Amino acid sequence: MTSGEFSQTVLNLKPKVSTPCLTDAVGPVGRRCVNRKTIAIAISAGLLMVLPIVAGLTDEPYLVTLASRILIYALAAVSLDLMLGFGGMVSLGHAAFFGIGAYGVGILSMHAFEGTTLFNGSLAIGGSQAALVVWPLAVLLSAAAAGIIGALSLRTTGMHFIMITLAFAQMLYYFFVSLEAYGGDDGISLFARNTLPGLDLGDDRQFYYVCLAALVLFLFFSWRLVQSRFGMVIRGCRDNERRMKSIGFPTFRYRLVCFIIAGAGAGLAGALIANQTEYVSPGLMHWTRSGEILVMVLLGGMGTLFGPVLGAATLLLMEEFLSIYTEHWMVFLGPFLVVVVLFAKQGIYGILAGGNGNHG
Amino acid sequence: MLLFIEQLLNGLQLGIMLFLMSTGLTLVFGIMQVINLAHGSFYMIGAYVGATVALRTGSFLLGVLAALPAAALAGMVVETLVLRRLYKKDHLDQVLATFGLIMFFNELTRILWGRQPLFMDVPAWLSGSVEILPGIPYPSYRLAVIAVGIMVGVLLYLLFTRTRIGMQIRAGASNREMAGALGVNIRLLYTLVFGLGTLLAGLAGVMAGPILAVEAGMGESILILTFVVIVIGGIGSIRGALVGALLVGLVDTLGRAFLPVLLRLFLSPAYADGAAASLASMSVYLLMAAVLVWRPKGLLPAHT
Amino acid sequence: MAEALLSVRSLVKHYGAVQASDHFCLEVARGELHALIGPNGAGKTTALNQLSGELKPDSGEIYFDGHYITPWPVHRRARMGLARSYQITSIFDRLTVKENLSLAIQAHNGHSFRFWRKAGDDPATRREIGPALERVGLEERADIPAVSLSHGEKRQLEVGMALVGRPKLLLLDEPYAGMGPGGAVELTKLIRRLKDEVSILLVEHDMGAVFSLADRISVLVYGRTIASGAPETIRADPAVRQAYLGDEMPATEGTDA
Repeated sequence: MTSGEFSQTVLNLKPKVSTPCLTDAVGPVGRRCVNRKTIAIAISAGLLMVLPIVAGLTDEPYLVTLASRILIYALAAVSLDLMLGFGGMVSLGHAAFFGIGAYGVGILSMHAFEGTTLFNGSLAIGGSQAALVVWPLAVLLSAAAAGIIGALSLRTTGMHFIMITLAFAQMLYYFFVSLEAYGGDDGISLFARNTLPGLDLGDDRQFYYVCLAALVLFLFFSWRLVQSRFGMVIRGCRDNERRMKSIGFPTFRYRLVCFIIAGAGAGLAGALIANQTEYVSPGLMHWTRSGEILVMVLLGGMGTLFGPVLGAATLLLMEEFLSIYTEHWMVFLGPFLVVVVLFAKQGIYGILAGGNGNHG
Repeated sequence: MLLFIEQLLNGLQLGIMLFLMSTGLTLVFGIMQVINLAHGSFYMIGAYVGATVALRTGSFLLGVLAALPAAALAGMVVETLVLRRLYKKDHLDQVLATFGLIMFFNELTRILWGRQPLFMDVPAWLSGSVEILPGIPYPSYRLAVIAVGIMVGVLLYLLFTRTRIGMQIRAGASNREMAGALGVNIRLLYTLVFGLGTLLAGLAGVMAGPILAVEAGMGESILILTFVVIVIGGIGSIRGALVGALLVGLVDTLGRAFLPVLLRLFLSPAYADGAAASLASMSVYLLMAAVLVWRPKGLLPAHT
Repeated sequence: MAEALLSVRSLVKHYGAVQASDHFCLEVARGELHALIGPNGAGKTTALNQLSGELKPDSGEIYFDGHYITPWPVHRRARMGLARSYQITSIFDRLTVKENLSLAIQAHNGHSFRFWRKAGDDPATRREIGPALERVGLEERADIPAVSLSHGEKRQLEVGMALVGRPKLLLLDEPYAGMGPGGAVELTKLIRRLKDEVSILLVEHDMGAVFSLADRISVLVYGRTIASGAPETIRADPAVRQAYLGDEMPATEGTDA
């Protein structure tokens, strides 16, 4: 087999016989059958459900915090996949919305603690620790930011788009660094996690399940979204925007809405991370963070929705375990990433699911 | 007035640095259609090699002379091993692969040189100042940087318009297959173009050494500004890179210097300083947004 | 005399020093198949792009179905019944044949800000997908990703998608390019069938097809229409002969492809 044939097969450029169906059902994206892919999802879901119990039994509470982090980044990665894998929009500024969501929580928490208000006079807004108030607000703020940045950036495509989303995200980073009132470079420490009626989010196990619920809900919503009329338009735009226009779709508005939805998802993840670490800083929206989330999507498998969950788990676990051996683990991750991009584009999910390259 | 001239020149100097960085990058964008996030890494390599050699030998010039080939060589090796395989791939792949390169180079520098920043001294023979106008002294070193930048600009202009290889590059840019059919070794040409770009980045890096700190990750901050320059100037256009670089350099420097003063006219000092700091850091991006609204393809886009 | 379906007046388009369209004029009547021919580099693609809306003319006017459409964007023209098929097959590779056609159906049935219900369950889609698949002859291949189709099947899909919205005018961009003789025969049959349903502006190099299908022909040279009329008139026109250097004009009457 020549190297050309090898890469072609690995990259799924040649249509292969698809993995045999065990039963006939409509799976996550479009027409799929129950096969290795759905089983992989089912097993992962099961593991995730019982994890805190296992952690409790083995007396490793740290596993729960790590797992919560994975779930939160998985949420951010899935939201990016909506925009990237399904919409074809390569944004290097996704972390901006992640950070804005986090700051929404952080700022309101700070004001609540200090008893001060945001703005003065007639526009004064008091702080709050209530998740039911603060989290939707954080999502709304991220969505609004995505609306503005998207409206400006989506007038461009290709290389321009990548660079512009990157630049806007960095702009927000520098803006937050310059906000001395909110900690500047040092950020804000939350004095406690937000409150949800009936639950104690301060308890790591309960918080874990809240994160899990958020991820599952978002995954479900996204799954319906990509099969809906809206989802089909987005996927069409990814494949061939020129043709979409010429059959009659005003593509700009659809892509913008997709961008906003993705931003909102990242905002929710940001609100959760602020709670999880009880700390927010501008570093959350640095473009290298956008890069990490992008890597999670790639590692897990673009355009698959569930793949990025696996990708987030893989990247964060790699960081955890490799850093035990060497603080310089990134010197290995870098080339590893290059190799994956060049030779294993379909990602872990693709490999597990025996992908026939037919993602979305 | 004194301050204004000084800041104007500082802005010019920053603009020159950005010009050196963005020329290489915009060439690679325009000719090879590759988005290269790792460009900042060659700036960093130039700075580190230059600083190390300068510290060892005590000669700034030797540092510069060592930095240039180091950056060029590193660039050509990276081109042959990695970039070459990315030309036919889509932009996402290029972003991810070059992101991996950044991780690698940053960590490599931390391994080889540690986490503490290196400090480069301004060479003794450039450490004074020059009276450019009566009563207005300006650091000689910064003037030297400006001079070098202008020289490089002229050299590049001559290279592209007067030499065979320059013509080949432009031919390769407009029609790869045709140029190849006419006997131009496209592969080699691309490697050389990339090496030229990284050489310029390395030059910018080593010259920045005495002004900024030499540390891992230094490439990323200037990379973002470089992207802004290219977006404003127009992808693939060296003239655009020049205009964009000067604009960005001036807006950023003058903004930081004078926005606090300006805002104090309207707001109370406390608010003014805070708002000025925020606005100054965002100024270049706001400029970019404004250019985008008016000219989505940049101010002087290259003709395809 | 009924008003022309498409009326193009004096389109001008410069690319730097090159004038791609030099006061280009054209009229397509309802129900006719109008062919646009011209030597390479005459500006046919530029003209077509200005008609579909992908390119903005420097000056000139375009009227379609009674509307002044010059400032209209591409998607608006499409929704008004001006459809286009591309020379280089332009479909949605990663979607199935059925999904490709469903998108075309969806485009003409309201907006698509529906986020929950499956696209395939849409009443308009359910109703029209069967006939659409039949029309392009791809019922058997409905669930195959479009990228896996054969070249000929892709072209069928390509044209089929443009027809889904029941357009009034179809811009056909060099459909015979790269076709073997067998494919060309099939294509001519298809276009003949289409003539009853839709007006067509056919940009083409294949003279055999042009002369057997067209009701009227316009000749484009250096961005300018030098002649326009019935096929026999064009064949006999000395200016046209000169433009083509006598190479590609068929010597005998109507060669059926």
